[in-house]
Amino acid sequence: MKQSVSLTVNGRPVETTVEPRLSLADFLRLELRLTATHLGCEHGVCGACTVLIDGEPARSCIALTVSLSDAQITTLEGLADDPAMQVIKQAFHDKHGLQCGFCTSGMLISTRDLLKRTPNPSENTVRNGLSGNLCRCTGYQGIVRAVLKAAEDLAAS
Amino acid sequence: MKPAPFSYYRATSVEDAIAALSGADGMAAVLAGGQSLVPMLNLRLSPVDHLIDLRPIAALSRQEETPEAICYGALTTHAAFEDGAVPDGTNGLMRYAASHIAYRAVRNRGTLGGALALADPAADWLTTAVALDASVTLTGPDGQRYLAITDFVVGPYYTQIAEHEIIDSVVVPRRSATERWGYYKVAPKVGEYAKSLAVALVDSEKASARLVIGAWSDVPLVLEASAIALLDGAKKNDLTMVVQNELDLKMPSLSPAERRLHTATAVRAAEQTRS
Repeated sequence: MKQSVSLTVNGRPVETTVEPRLSLADFLRLELRLTATHLGCEHGVCGACTVLIDGEPARSCIALTVSLSDAQITTLEGLADDPAMQVIKQAFHDKHGLQCGFCTSGMLISTRDLLKRTPNPSENTVRNGLSGNLCRCTGYQGIVRAVLKAAEDLAAS
Repeated sequence: MKPAPFSYYRATSVEDAIAALSGADGMAAVLAGGQSLVPMLNLRLSPVDHLIDLRPIAALSRQEETPEAICYGALTTHAAFEDGAVPDGTNGLMRYAASHIAYRAVRNRGTLGGALALADPAADWLTTAVALDASVTLTGPDGQRYLAITDFVVGPYYTQIAEHEIIDSVVVPRRSATERWGYYKVAPKVGEYAKSLAVALVDSEKASARLVIGAWSDVPLVLEASAIALLDGAKKNDLTMVVQNELDLKMPSLSPAERRLHTATAVRAAEQTRS
């Protein structure tokens, strides 16, 4: 049986009814057509579906939409005008931080949060901080370089 | 990777949650952070007909301080410990343990109470709670009861939580300021569940020591003889022998590789207390 829930997605209030088993990831992709959020493993391991719930990164594949009453959801689309995200995207572009791009949305959101909490990270901090995001192209060298460059660029801006 | 259908109920208070649990026909489960339960729902490993969400209950996110202990509401998140957003009485041990659980996106939502309720032997909080002599407050239809963590957990994924009970809070005694701790985890990939985990606590002024091994096939194991050797200042090689002997005695089922692994983990945690 569907149940009502009201939440905010990328600043837009959404009032809807959902099946309790509907994940936030499926809700974003299938109902709101916000397809920047990708689904990899669908059990909280790969990090591709990472979004911000009330400003904090969370796995949208293991968040139930029905439980997110009054929550503020931000997806990569909602960060299009975010100054930090623009710097991070450019760094991923410059340092070959993506190959197929499947993991990139989650990588970008995790990177933004990591650099917010640790503005001047060591390589080790970056590797640990992004350990919850898997890249099946194994393009980690480029990703780590991109994050380190983003940190430098953010500090300079 | 989609859960089977279930009903969802947003509990407004602890009493309301217990009433919902008691009144449910079929399999009911409470939802805290959902970082283990929802994956299991997705994988259809956990048959749940009714899900009762505890997150709206503000009382379960409270922290209370007394001179002897700190009481953490069951919904206190790992990230709250990691960020130092909640009081600490363990000289930073809980903060360190929390910051090594899974990944930040998981720590933002995963909770102390949820982790202990699951009682995964390889999880960080269970072994840490045993090392710290924590206790668990359970609330059910007949009121509250308090269990020492070692009475609370009876086996892997197996606790004393009765059918209509929930964890209200976790009480962690304040440690003395002179105590030193060590925490060593073996996980081939950062953020994965541990293959072996050890917590050591030594306070030479109070002549107390504790050494606990987790992430083996049973509940965390307290190594008393090894803790005494550690307190007596046994050198690394001697300590290794004592740990090995104690493991042989208490974990006779270990394979030679597991025995070496857990011995090394315990000794490294112990060594951290004197570095």
